[in-house]
Amino acid sequence: MSDTVDATNTPGEKSGPVLAADGTPLKRSLRRALRRQKMSALLLIAPLLIFILITFIAPIADMLFRSVENEIVQDTLPRTTAILETWDSESGSIPDAPVFKALYQDIFIAQERKLHTRLGSRLNYELTGASSLFRKSGRGVGDIGEVYQDQFEDMNAFWKKGENWNDILGSDAWLAEIKSWKKSSGQAQPPFELRADIAEILPETAAFYKIFADFTQNEKNSNLYKKDPWELIYSSFYDDLTGANAARIDTYTGPGAAELSEAKTAAASFETVDYKVAFGDIDKDWVKMPIWDTIRAYSPRFTNGYFLNAVDMQKSEDGPELRPENQRIYYTLFMRTLFMSSVITISCILLGYPVGWILANLPARTANLLMILVLLPFWTSLLVRTSAWKVMLQQQGVVNDTLVWLGIVADDSRLALINNQTGTIIAMTHILLPFMILPLYSVMQTIPPSYLRAAKSLGATNWTAFWRVYFPQSVPGIGAGSILVFILSIGYYITPEIVGGTTGTFISNRIAYHISSSLNWGLAAALGAILLAVVLGLYYAYDKIVGIDNVKLGG
Amino acid sequence: MKFTTTLLATSALIGAGTFAFADAHGNMANEMTLVSWGGAYQASQDKAYLQPYLENNPGVTGVWDESSNEAVAKLRAMNEAGNITWDLVDVVAADAIRLCDEGLAMEIDADEMLADAPDGTPASEDFGDLLVSDCFIPQIVYSTTFGYRTDMVGDTPPTKICDVFDLEAYPGKRALEKRPINNMEWALLCDGVAKDEVYDVLATPEGQEKALAKLDTIKDNVIWWSAGADTPQLLADGEVVMGSTYNGRLFSVIEEQKQPVAMLWDAQVFDLDGWIIPAGLPADRLARVKDFVKFATDTQRLADQSQYISYGPARLSSAPMVGKHADLGIDMAPHMPTDPKNATNTFLYNYEFWADYRDDIDAKFQAWLAQ
Repeated sequence: MSDTVDATNTPGEKSGPVLAADGTPLKRSLRRALRRQKMSALLLIAPLLIFILITFIAPIADMLFRSVENEIVQDTLPRTTAILETWDSESGSIPDAPVFKALYQDIFIAQERKLHTRLGSRLNYELTGASSLFRKSGRGVGDIGEVYQDQFEDMNAFWKKGENWNDILGSDAWLAEIKSWKKSSGQAQPPFELRADIAEILPETAAFYKIFADFTQNEKNSNLYKKDPWELIYSSFYDDLTGANAARIDTYTGPGAAELSEAKTAAASFETVDYKVAFGDIDKDWVKMPIWDTIRAYSPRFTNGYFLNAVDMQKSEDGPELRPENQRIYYTLFMRTLFMSSVITISCILLGYPVGWILANLPARTANLLMILVLLPFWTSLLVRTSAWKVMLQQQGVVNDTLVWLGIVADDSRLALINNQTGTIIAMTHILLPFMILPLYSVMQTIPPSYLRAAKSLGATNWTAFWRVYFPQSVPGIGAGSILVFILSIGYYITPEIVGGTTGTFISNRIAYHISSSLNWGLAAALGAILLAVVLGLYYAYDKIVGIDNVKLGG
Repeated sequence: MKFTTTLLATSALIGAGTFAFADAHGNMANEMTLVSWGGAYQASQDKAYLQPYLENNPGVTGVWDESSNEAVAKLRAMNEAGNITWDLVDVVAADAIRLCDEGLAMEIDADEMLADAPDGTPASEDFGDLLVSDCFIPQIVYSTTFGYRTDMVGDTPPTKICDVFDLEAYPGKRALEKRPINNMEWALLCDGVAKDEVYDVLATPEGQEKALAKLDTIKDNVIWWSAGADTPQLLADGEVVMGSTYNGRLFSVIEEQKQPVAMLWDAQVFDLDGWIIPAGLPADRLARVKDFVKFATDTQRLADQSQYISYGPARLSSAPMVGKHADLGIDMAPHMPTDPKNATNTFLYNYEFWADYRDDIDAKFQAWLAQ
């Protein structure tokens, strides 16, 4: 806009810019006025814009984001995945002891927080058996730590009591506060604080105790001071007592110093746990390669695994590869969805075009009456309409009965019209027909009948008049109807589920399955994203070939 | 039992939950939203559990939501949104296990939260092995089994599960569920695999191939169903000669609608249905739901439900109390899947196996279907 102003004003004005009444250059003043107009227009549509963003764009973006999001592995097994990075998966041997120790710590914390089974379900999408592996391991990790717990407690009952642990690990200020705190007071529990220097004397114990304290106080809402520690605390305590920093323990002078030094001496002769063996005892799958390959392959925060799965591929050591033939399904379903949607669209054109023509050429009163018949199906439940087709099309149904009665088909070779592609195409053509008729009708209504008469008076045959004069003018209606019907049918899943059998189902049926039944929302999102991309691609192609300006929903 | 050890392992965690319960015991919400499957089954729950409870507790209201078939997805969405609108959800055991794994269902302590049997047997023993998940409160035992048209099978009605695979003796279409569970087991059984080896075989790729190959022999004659009401309808219309579905649905076709259909109990697969409490309920609603659950799963109430529908009560102590159908006046015991006459050859849904293999075998099954 401003360019045109510019262009019309510059010629002949060589003495300087044109000025507005208030002395500013006209160009700038105009631009300002325009900007103000644009701003107020934007403000007017802002509520709608924000509404669309929040209720439409954001949820879709969030859902599609799940197709690459994979934080659960790293969040649930932070220590394990960190150490696994240095593991050479090509070596063909399972990871070393430190990884198993990290796994023990991770799974212990995860099972307390009830997160391990969730990770198991996630990994089960990639590796059969991961689900029960994690469920079992969650039950088994307690026994591993118990080996140490029992030994410490047998040595001195001092280590049984949560109070004693708190006295050693908590800061004096915090201890004073927690001892006077009562749950019934309604006040928040004073948050746990580590004793100064204890993190250097007992580093692992302190680190895990902090996690335990945070969990007890904030998630379980129990009184930490009275709470006996996890088995995990005992095993890390043992590690500290026998570890490289053990010498520092003698420098400790706070509460329980005597017991601590006694424990240090005793720990040297304790029975130890081989974490690798212990996990092997829980389930032999832990000492085999597949689970480790899977954990490693899915440790990054983002994954292309869902997308690979959605195009019938899988991760392997040598990069992505096609799945075995008996597991490939999505490519077939995508192709079938596109093919059947095209067939449905074409059937709708063939059936809808004459109806639109009749409606457009009848007197308005009759046309309105017929219009109600077109719209009538909209007022009936989709499920009812689909189920009605079952009654019509099944082998003992109305259509077959009639054909048998007329003698067209034999009683023992009734037609299979439902639970296959034919059923889906018939039912969906019927359901989507109004979406074709309405745009066709509104476009045809605007074509003056005099054009046809003129063509005929100039000597055209009926066919030429229709094909050369009428049809080209109705193409925008066909375009609009086709886009509507095609895009709607690509996303349909109720009708194919009910009448489609095995050969008439769409990709959306699998998406629905993964959303509501297998809970594999990542894969569902990946399939949805691909479907969205295909639709946008087809739309783009349509725009290039036919031109989107050539689409009209009405006159 | 495996179950008891799990309980022990988790009882410490539940302890924390219970005193929140005690805190709020005097302060119970007055509204409950119960989720179930709709239809005759939900009606039986309404008559046997909810109405008597509301009578005892004036001022309380209960609302039904027929969303059980999509409960897993909806509960996850509610959980992510941080707004749980359901108080008690009826799901099949496999879904309960999944919800428990996902942290979407609350863990329960059967002995503390459920009523003892009238003779004082603790709830955990009365329910016994049926407590298949830490979050699951069983209500009924149902079975997936076959029904056949008595007028379409000639003089020799089918008696064995393998008759389903015998197209020569019983020509015509069969209705099978559009999922691998149960179908794969039946296929292997009829392919000569011994009953106690079925899951070992099914765990191997070769075994899965074998099962699909067996199903392949009847594939062209199968109508695949996905809603429980499909098979009864297909049988009533004469579209199929036999078909699998839940035994309660067949009961209503046979006894209530008087269709020429009979039961083929051979190799019926037992499964469980029951309640879960969504995780993360506010204290007052949780207190109300716990109060309701304790009432609704006691021995008498579970036995009452069998007056309305032919599903077996999940408590051992309820079994002797099963009586007559409330409207038809017929004895319900012979129609129960657990009746000794019907249960000569049964299968128990293998929850652990299917939790592990479901994703894998389902992919193969669907690929096979799509071929």
